[in-house]
Amino acid sequence: MLHIVNKSPLTSSALENCLSIAASGEVLLIEDAVYAAAAGNAFEAKLREAMGRLKVYVLQPDLEARGMGDRLIAGVTAVDYGGFVNLTISNNTCQSWL
Amino acid sequence: MGDVKKFMFVNRKAPYGTIYALESLEVVLITAAFDQDVSLAFLNDGVYQLKKGQQTKGIETKNFSPTYRALEDYDVEKLYVEKESLDERGLSEDDLLVPVTVLSRAEMGTLMDQQDVVLSF
Repeated sequence: MLHIVNKSPLTSSALENCLSIAASGEVLLIEDAVYAAAAGNAFEAKLREAMGRLKVYVLQPDLEARGMGDRLIAGVTAVDYGGFVNLTISNNTCQSWL
Repeated sequence: MGDVKKFMFVNRKAPYGTIYALESLEVVLITAAFDQDVSLAFLNDGVYQLKKGQQTKGIETKNFSPTYRALEDYDVEKLYVEKESLDERGLSEDDLLVPVTVLSRAEMGTLMDQQDVVLSF
């Protein structure tokens, strides 16, 4: 299953709620959720903990728009829009945590 | 000219994910035309608005971050950033694209109390 999150982890509980429920599968961080994938933020430890059982991706254009392209947390995989589409195809279901 | 009032714009949202940051900037520029005492406060995710190196070509959205550097041309020179918000995001003053005054959360609260008009974005 693919989980898609688009809210900043320090403003919304969407990502935290997602990670607390998702037992396995893949998580794609887009829009303001990309801040979760930037090293040094207060949510980093929670994301790293979840990376033990979930594969985490981040949408590169959204990361670059926010000036965070150079501080991606190691182990998070950056994808472009084509990669986003591939994730939605390779997973049977998608859940958007709006 | 009438009395000069102290205006504070409180910016608490990250750029691009919502329209708030851009709309705030638009209203700041309008206010500057009326020769008021304008302060900008950046706290919580609002500090991300000032992050250096924003490259928006990939999301086909206008990169409005250079506008913060132009604010001094409109005599908008009071930019305040909350230290705790920077720390929580792994950011420091060096990561910001304009000179700012960094305030503690307590100092920011005091400054907010001294305003005549507060506009929230």
